[in-house]
Amino acid sequence: MSDYNFAYLDEQTKRMIRRAILKGLAIPGYQVPFASREMPMPYGWGTGGVQVSAAVLTPGDRFKVIDQGADDTTNAVSIRKFFERTTGLETTTSTAQASVIQTRHRIPEAALAEGQVLVYQVPIPEPLRFLEPRESETRKMHELEEYGLMHVKLYEDISRHGHIATSYAYPVKVEARYVMDPSPIPKFDNPKLAECPAIQLFGAGREQRIYALPPYTGVVSLDFEDHPFEASKADHPCGLCGAEDSYLDEVIMDDAGGRMFVCSDTDHCETRQAAGHRGKDAA
Amino acid sequence: MTPLLSVQGLTKHYGAHVGCADVAFDLYPGEVMGIVGESGSGKSTLLNCLAGHLTPDAGAVVFDTRAEGPRDTLKMSEPERRMLGRTDWAFVHQHARDGLRMGVSAGGNVGERLMAVGARHYGDIRSQATDWLGRVEIDAGRIDDRPSTFSGGMQQRLQIARNLVTGPRLVFMDEPTGGLDVSVQARLLDLLRGLVRDMGLSAIIVTHDLAVVRLLADRLMVMKSGHVVEAGLTDQVLDDPQHAYTQLLVSSVLQV
Repeated sequence: MSDYNFAYLDEQTKRMIRRAILKGLAIPGYQVPFASREMPMPYGWGTGGVQVSAAVLTPGDRFKVIDQGADDTTNAVSIRKFFERTTGLETTTSTAQASVIQTRHRIPEAALAEGQVLVYQVPIPEPLRFLEPRESETRKMHELEEYGLMHVKLYEDISRHGHIATSYAYPVKVEARYVMDPSPIPKFDNPKLAECPAIQLFGAGREQRIYALPPYTGVVSLDFEDHPFEASKADHPCGLCGAEDSYLDEVIMDDAGGRMFVCSDTDHCETRQAAGHRGKDAA
Repeated sequence: MTPLLSVQGLTKHYGAHVGCADVAFDLYPGEVMGIVGESGSGKSTLLNCLAGHLTPDAGAVVFDTRAEGPRDTLKMSEPERRMLGRTDWAFVHQHARDGLRMGVSAGGNVGERLMAVGARHYGDIRSQATDWLGRVEIDAGRIDDRPSTFSGGMQQRLQIARNLVTGPRLVFMDEPTGGLDVSVQARLLDLLRGLVRDMGLSAIIVTHDLAVVRLLADRLMVMKSGHVVEAGLTDQVLDDPQHAYTQLLVSSVLQV
């Protein structure tokens, strides 16, 4: 083990973050301000998620990091190494075996279980930000539950595109009270937020906010009566494992327009392939 | 008959400086009240105090609410007052861009108040927005255009549509024709007069343009240095001004 304190942050900072997390869990969907620390990585790389992970990791945890569903992209590899070095914990790529999962832009395909913690990296925690630039005003809108403006955004989508074109960071209402930005997960993942047995924590480092969903929380995606919410994905099976129900990435294969669709959740795809499932592009 | 709005002893100071002092009046349903006076006479301060944008130092603003009858809006909780501001009240700003969301389409601007009071059916919102654009003489084909592509007069009419879509009973207007050229002003006044008559609106209009109050207002209050110096029926005040300041005001209107 290195000379760092366990999980890099000092104990006082971790206490401060844990307090914010507890408050967030007590008021689902409410954005709790916290004194975000400088982390040894740039803003936008998940400094909020890293701080939340550092505060909840304990010796004996098994840690997994995904970035857009993948375990092997730069961001995921860097954060995993960071915690391997500063905690000495064992890491894993298996969703089922992990006790703490830090994620950027996805919820794993495999169903989460009680006892697991899912930590989201959040760039902009305020769902009303692009409609109302004043922080004082958005706070008042949350306080007084004035969320008509959120529907103006969806109205604009329909008037411009004929359907709700917002495909990620799709706003949700938590327990019929707070409107929350679920971080930039695809709206395909929105239904997984609701009634999830795992604890879901959201950390925004630059914006200094933490919010949370305790297990089995009611989460509803906003919509119109005549334009209901629809969890959409590319209309293809996975090219490698043949899964029809997972969220897909489109990969350009050559200069002649060749492309394939593969599961964005690499662990899900590999688990299925190991179980003998094959897609049409599998070698 | 219960007054729609009853104001008593309304006073607002900015430090040692008087914003408006001891203003009292009753406004009855369907009545249009004009407030005139020179710049700095406290007209806008008074209007903002009435509409709940400023907190007055003393006085009462009693509004005849639909559900509970007359209530002092200054003693209401903030959510109640803001709800009133979205439903029974409307506020037309002098500059349309203060009252509009410039980054949102015309239809979205009109629909915002509907969505704020719970409308969740896109088709209904859209058809109401189209209807209201028609009523303020904006081509329905512009419904998806942003207000920034509109002319000044159109922006002002859009702002009026956005405010009236929830069927308010009381409209506050702060210089609604300011900054528009005279022919556009005339059309806007025509439109306002029609809407006020058709919907049976009560309105409080702040302006320094006497022609506007002559056309729109039933009653008139003249303000100077934060005080109401004269009040009465519009024609009476304008044709037979009693106070020296009102006489000056009436005589300084340019004749063409």
